[in-house]
Parts: sequence; structure tokens; C-alpha cells
Amino acid sequence: MKKNPLSFQLDLNPDDFLPASEEEKESLVVMRESVSFWKDGMRRLRKNKVAMVSLIVILVIMVFAFIVPSFYPYSYEQQIKGSNNLAPMQYSAQELARIDAGEKVFPHIFGTDKMGRDYAIRVMMGARISLLVGLIASAIILVIGSIYGSIAAFAGGWVDIIMMRIVDIIYTVPDVLLIVLLSFALEDPLAKLASIHGFGWVSKVGTNLICIFIVFALLYWVGMARMVRSQVLMLKENEYVTAARALGAKSGRIIKKHLLTNCIGTLIVTTTLQIPSSIFTESFLSFLGLGVAVPMPSLGSLASSAINGINTYPYLLFIPAVVISLIILSFNLLGDGLRDAFDPKLKN
Amino acid sequence: MSNKLVDIKDEYLSFFTPAGEVKALNGVSISLNEGEVLGIVGESGSGKSVTAYSLMGLTAHPGKLISGELNFNGHQVEKMSEKEMRKMRGNEVSIIFQDPMTSLNPVYTIGNQIEEVILLHTDKDKAQAKERARELLELVGINEPDKRLKQYPHELSGGMRQRVMIAIALACEPKLLIADEPTTALDVTIQAQILELMMELKDKLGMAIILITHDLGVVANMCEKIAVMYAGHIVEYGTVDDIFYNPKHEYTKGLLKSIPRLDATEHERLVPIEGTPIDMLNPPKGCPFAPRCEKCMKICLREMPPVTEFDDVHYTQCWMNQKEMMQGGTANE
Amino acid sequence: MAKYIFKRICLAIVTIWAVATLTFFLMNLVPGGPFMSEKAVSPEAMAALEAKYGLDKPLGEQYLTYMKDALHGDFGQSLRQRGRSVSSIIFSKFPVSAKVGGMAVVVALVLGVPLGCLAAFNRGKVWDHIISVIATCGIAVPSFVICTFLMYTFGVKLKWLPTLGLTGPANYIMPVVALAFYPMAYIMRLMRSSMLDVLGQDYMRTAKAKGVSQSKSIFKHALRNAILPVITYLGPMMAYTLSGSFIVEKIFTIPGLGGQFVSSITNRDYTVIMGTTIFLATFMVIMMVVVDILYKIVDPRIKLK
Repeated sequence: MKKNPLSFQLDLNPDDFLPASEEEKESLVVMRESVSFWKDGMRRLRKNKVAMVSLIVILVIMVFAFIVPSFYPYSYEQQIKGSNNLAPMQYSAQELARIDAGEKVFPHIFGTDKMGRDYAIRVMMGARISLLVGLIASAIILVIGSIYGSIAAFAGGWVDIIMMRIVDIIYTVPDVLLIVLLSFALEDPLAKLASIHGFGWVSKVGTNLICIFIVFALLYWVGMARMVRSQVLMLKENEYVTAARALGAKSGRIIKKHLLTNCIGTLIVTTTLQIPSSIFTESFLSFLGLGVAVPMPSLGSLASSAINGINTYPYLLFIPAVVISLIILSFNLLGDGLRDAFDPKLKN
Repeated sequence: MSNKLVDIKDEYLSFFTPAGEVKALNGVSISLNEGEVLGIVGESGSGKSVTAYSLMGLTAHPGKLISGELNFNGHQVEKMSEKEMRKMRGNEVSIIFQDPMTSLNPVYTIGNQIEEVILLHTDKDKAQAKERARELLELVGINEPDKRLKQYPHELSGGMRQRVMIAIALACEPKLLIADEPTTALDVTIQAQILELMMELKDKLGMAIILITHDLGVVANMCEKIAVMYAGHIVEYGTVDDIFYNPKHEYTKGLLKSIPRLDATEHERLVPIEGTPIDMLNPPKGCPFAPRCEKCMKICLREMPPVTEFDDVHYTQCWMNQKEMMQGGTANE
Repeated sequence: MAKYIFKRICLAIVTIWAVATLTFFLMNLVPGGPFMSEKAVSPEAMAALEAKYGLDKPLGEQYLTYMKDALHGDFGQSLRQRGRSVSSIIFSKFPVSAKVGGMAVVVALVLGVPLGCLAAFNRGKVWDHIISVIATCGIAVPSFVICTFLMYTFGVKLKWLPTLGLTGPANYIMPVVALAFYPMAYIMRLMRSSMLDVLGQDYMRTAKAKGVSQSKSIFKHALRNAILPVITYLGPMMAYTLSGSFIVEKIFTIPGLGGQFVSSITNRDYTVIMGTTIFLATFMVIMMVVVDILYKIVDPRIKLK
């Protein structure tokens, strides 16, 4: 047996062996403060540099798309005489004359197109349309998809099978076909609608754009519906749902308290990732000439009409192409960041 | 039989996570003779598994050995290359994991997964390996071995899968078997069967076992020596008799009070240990158990207690024992 | 297995029928017809034309006639390309699209799978970042942007590659790259995340504890598990890529099915629309069944019900 514990180089005095008080014990326990799911997620999101930069890019583009055009000196449909096909920052002969006369002429930052319209404002308006399509379409998809998916998952059995078969069928129909047919079919009714007092905005927005929304509402919710269904099916199996049911909770409460709160992270992420894919689809349709009505520009239609002049005026193609890629990229990266931040399974 | 098979000396190991350094092991020493059974007991996160994994070089990614010696079967594990370690794993030392449901690869047959380890470490050809796999399944008490060899993990029950894991572990007749909570994920009736099987095989094959568990009942039946771990320290070490009949550390006493006993008087109640384990990211300066200790003293909050040895085997790390020893010491003079 | 395939085929037939019916009625409900845009057609001539193709009959009767013929493999004559049957149009255009698409699928897989794995193994390191940037761009940049970018750089400026048609092997490079870019990026991402998931699984630890070498544990134990999500994606990807992308075909002037389909829709060539839709739906459904069976082969846990 070792007999001389005092050989430890410690200053021991009898006081040290008195019992410690509760307070002293408490002071030792450094508890990490518990953070809520949202706070924790937001903290992780803020730490994610890529996601924050994407968010800033999106906000900047939104400012240019929604705020700047209202006090921009040119309008998107205004054709400036003699200013056709100007290169970026170039002035036409008339404008040069005006500058010589002492007038201030706002430069064409991105040049003009062949109709003499200022390209910068057209790109901004195009970005506005693309963003609107992305946001509205995603909202439509979110609502329809999540309702449809959760009904299928909740009902189960035959209802589920039939509902999911319908999803399969919609998934199989070529979307270009439906879009074209719908835009033909809706042309007349929408034109009639536009002539009714109070619905003038219909013609301004353009039948094609409305068709795009309708098509999104009819077609593209299927992915969301599948996702929500599988999520709800998985959550439904969880013990805490059974426990809640055993405690006598009503279905409404279970959906609200347990399923929705557990789903909401995934829903936010999927919707954020849906925005770029909607913008993607819109630009594709506009590129095919099925998108917004002239003279309203969208990024896709701008790129599409610039493609024939690619040899002489490549910037007319590259500017909208870069903007649209930037928008889609930023939303994708933000969505990834949100997923990393809010998916409980991916913690740390 | 008194050759030292495992000798871990003063091992320090940390996990370098983004949130900071987690000191998982703080001066752990363990030794084990051939054919012996050592139980490591402690709650989740106390460093039981980390100790055993580091002996096989299986420390998970952000973990790093800081210092200490790891001797096993004549190897200095801390100095071995990955290639040398590979020859050792599955051959001289094997491991059984906690969850048999996820520890087998779902896309390969049982036979394939047993044969793999045989082909790796022996000169046997495919047919011989298959024959050996069949033998092993019989050894671990699986009926219809020929049929089982062709089945996939998902077609087997949990207990059956754990038997397969044992078969894989024993395929090359290792000197040491590490069992990391081998029965935690199983039904109680199956638990007893698996433990019995392990003891039976130990007698048959003469290997040493390190049994990691939080179930004191399991260790009492199986082990010769027990190490009680708390927050990366071995707080008490001794033979089964030492630990069960003469516990010295407050934590060990607490553990024993919290399990039901057959010889308990009718109105004796189970006493849980109050409080929660410490945050390993910010460990307190003194004894890690101090905040939960009923007999906590001022010194406990300030300094880590030194080792108090009672005999060749039995030791603790506790100021209470140290104090008694000092007083006993002075009294003897 | 045989029972499962039979069941799937029955389901597939129902799906195809539903798609065909939906398309038929939707198409006919839309105002205007195939001969509307022809200027010099008198009402009498129009009526004669419609009578010739059976368009004057009630819709229900048209539908029944069409379905009866379709069952016999007769999809009728094109309404706009005189004297050509729908089948001959599809079978002359589809191989062109399928050839370009098939190459794109191969490129996407051959590059996407290994690069995704590489990113997972080097998580957080330089390679991971480089591959992630490529993958994110691949998903973010619309195909028309990629097409025009390739066209402008390699066709117009550098003049390395031919820009029109499919006359020689060099003509395939740009359309194949353009078509493969998105699926490749998608596969990279899928592969990376599923590989990361698999590397954290308990059975990978078991393999290591057995003494299996790193390369073998990756090729034998990890890859087969990690490839499963890619197989799931393979179905829709093959269906879309092989049937021809309208954008790629338009920009590189490839006479494929995708371009044909869109022009038949704008021309209201009813029979061609119907035929192509049924063909594409069938193709898609077959791909899905093939993928399901492939999945079963790779993952024994899947029970085909």
C-alpha cells in the first residue's frame, strides 16, 4: 500500500476535505444553453458563407428586378429612334448630338436591341418575370403538392393507390404537349376575360404566362406530392404519433403539432429548390417561344431572340444567360444551405 | 496463462470536432492477460468504446491519439502502419458491434461476408472457406447452416445476425474478442443466449474478451476484472468481488444502488444517480463526477484526484478514498 | 419475379391507355384544327380533307377508331406530312435522338459516378470543392445556355467543331456534351451524398474491423450500396435523354424526335402527336420497369410485389 499521498505536489489543507455546498457544485456544471430548432438552424445558416452570399445575390437581383425599373430612365417597351443595336455604353448619333447640346443622356449600360430598346431595363424586367414565375409557381406547387401528398398518405389503401396512379400518369404525359395545348385552349377564354372590366391585367400579363402558371399548377406538383407523401408516411409510423394518438389527440392536432412541425424543414428546403427549377422551366418555355407575350421580356425569351445574332451581338445572349444562371445558382446554393441547416439528420 | 495480452498505458485521446476538442480519454490504463475477461462499465460517452476501438486502430475520423502506449500481443499498436494493422484486425483481434441490424452489409449474403474474412487472413481457397463458414455457423448455434449461407442479412432475426457477427469475429480464432455492447439491441431472452454462447466459445477457444457494457448484471456473470469508466477516466478498477462487494468510488456505489438485486430486502428502493453527465466539450477542472457526487468536497471541484491503490488490482480515483488512505496512513504511524 | 413483371406490364398498359386517352381528348377539345393555317383551303376542300381523315365524325367515334387501329399497331397517316405514316416518322427520327442520347447517358454515368465518389472520399478538401462547383453549375445553367455557349466558343470563335447536322463523328461532340451536362451534374451530387451516407454506415466499420483494405471495402462494400439512388434516377433520365431534347436538337439542327414532336404540336398534326405521345409514354414506362428490376438485382432487400 502506498502510504504517503502527501508526496503529490499539492497544497492540501484540512479545509479542502470539507463537504462542498450545492452552489459550489452547481457552479461547476457549465450547461450549454439549449437552443430551439429554428434558432439552431438559423445559427448554422448564418455560418454558411456560400448560402449567405447566395442570399445576398438574390436580394441584389430582386432590388434590380423590382425596385430599380420604377425610376429607370428607359422603359422596357420604349423604342428609341436611331438607337438600334448599340453596343454597351455606346450612344447613337442623335444621342451624341443631344449630349453635345448639353443634355444629359443616360447611357445604355448593356446596349440596345435591334428594335432600339434599352437592354439593361429589358434584362431587369426579364429577371422580374423570371423571379415572379419562380416564386408564384413554387407557391402553387407547394400548396397543391403538399395537400395532395398528405391526403394520399393519410387516407392510405385504395385512395392512396389511385391518387398515386394519377401522379404516375401526369408524370408520363409530355409536358411540352400539355403546355402548348393549354396555351391554344386558353387563348380565347382568357382574351374574353381580359375584355371584362377589371380583368385588364390578364392581357398585360399575357395569356402564355397565365398558361405557364396553370401548367405548373396542373403538372409540376407531382414531385412535391410524392415527397410529402413519403415524408408523412414515414412520420406517421413514428412512435410519438402513436403516443399522441394513444393520449387521445385529434387528427387535426396530430397533423398540426407533430407532422407539420417535422415536415416543415423539408418543405422549406424543397420549395426553395423548386424556385430555380420553375425559373428553369419558364426560361426553357420562353426559349421555345411559349413563354411571356411580346413586348414583355423574360430572360429565356431574351436569350432566345438573341441567338440568331450570336455572331455579331454575343452580349445580347450572354447577359440574360449569365443573369439566369446566377439566379438559379443562388437559389440552389441557398436551398442546399437551408437543407444543411434545418435537416436534423445532418446535424454537425 | 499470465502472459500480458493487452497493456494500455496512460492513454489520452481527443476528438477534434468543429465545436472544439473533446477529451474522450484522459489517462486510461488497462491490462489484460490471455484468456481473461475484462468488463468495461460506464454510461454513454464515458469512453468505453473509444478505448477498445483505439486498440484496433478503429478510432473514428476526428479522433486522435494524443499520448500513451497501446501494447497488444507483442505489437505496439500506436506505432503500427495501416497495412500492419489490417493484418491484425479480424485475425488476432476481432470485434462484435452493438447493433447487428446495421453491422452486416445488406447487399451481400451471410456466406459471402463470413468467407471474406477467412479468405483475407488464411490461405484457404474458396471451397475451403465455404466449408469453414459452415462450421462456424454450426459453432455459433445456427441451424440449417447451408441454407443460411445463401441468405441475406435482412432475412435473419436480430439474435441470428449477432450470431453471424460472432461467427465472423471468431473465423480466424483471434486472441482477443472485443464485444461492444453485444446484447443491447437484442431481446432479453436472446441476450442471455448470446452471452452464454460467448462464454462457451471462450472456454472452447481460449481467447480473452473485453466486454463493453452499461449493464452491471452482465459483467457480474462473465468477467474476472471490471473497469468502471466515467468521462474518460477509469474511476475504479478491480476484480468482480472488489467491485460488487467492496466498491470504493461513489459512482460505483451509485451504479450498484441503481440496479435491482435478488437479495434485497422487500422495502429497499432503487436509487438513481442524480444529475446528468458533464459536457465533454467543457469538462470541469476537478473530478468529473463531483457535480453529481453526494459526498463532494471542496477539493474535488478544484483538483483531479490521484490514484488510490488498495491492492495489486483494486484502485480508484477519488479524493474520499485518498483522504481515508491518508488518515489511515497517519493513524498507522 | 415473372408474376411481378406481368403485373407491372398490366399496370403499364393501363398507364399508357390513360395517357393516350387524356391526350386525345385534350387535343381535340382545343379550338382549331390541323388545316386551319392553310390559307387557300376553301370550306368545301376543308370538309373533304376532314372527311378523308375521319375528322368530321363525332369525337367518341374518332376515339374508338383510333384506339382500334392503335391496338393493331397502326397509328395512321401524318396529317401534315402527306403520304408518311406516323410509325415511319417516329422510327426514322427516334434512332437519331437515341444515338445522341445514348452517348450522353454513357458520358454522364462514366463521369458522374467516379467524380461523385471522389468528392465523397475527399470531403471538405480541394477535390470536393472543385467537383461541387462543377455539379452546382451543371444543375444551375439551363441547357440552352450551355448549348449556345458551346456553339459560340467551339463552333463560331475557335471553329474547332462543326455546328450543323450530324454528318461526322465530330458533330456529335457538342450535342452529347450539352445533353450530358445536367444528368452528369445530378449524378455527381447523388453519388456524393449517397457515398457519404454509406461511408458512415456500421457495415463499413465492420469491413474495416475485419481487416478489409480501404480500396476493397470501397469497391465491394460501399459502391454497391451507394449506387442505388443513381439507379433510381436512371429510369427518368434515360427516358428523357434518349427521346431527344428539343433545345439541343433545335440549336444543333439535329433531325431528332424531340424537334419533330414540338413541331407536330405547333402544326396540330394530331396523329403524329398521338403516336409520339404513346411512343414516349411506352418508352418511359418500360424504362421504369427495367430500372425496378435492375434495382432488385443490386439490392436484395427489395421485394417485388
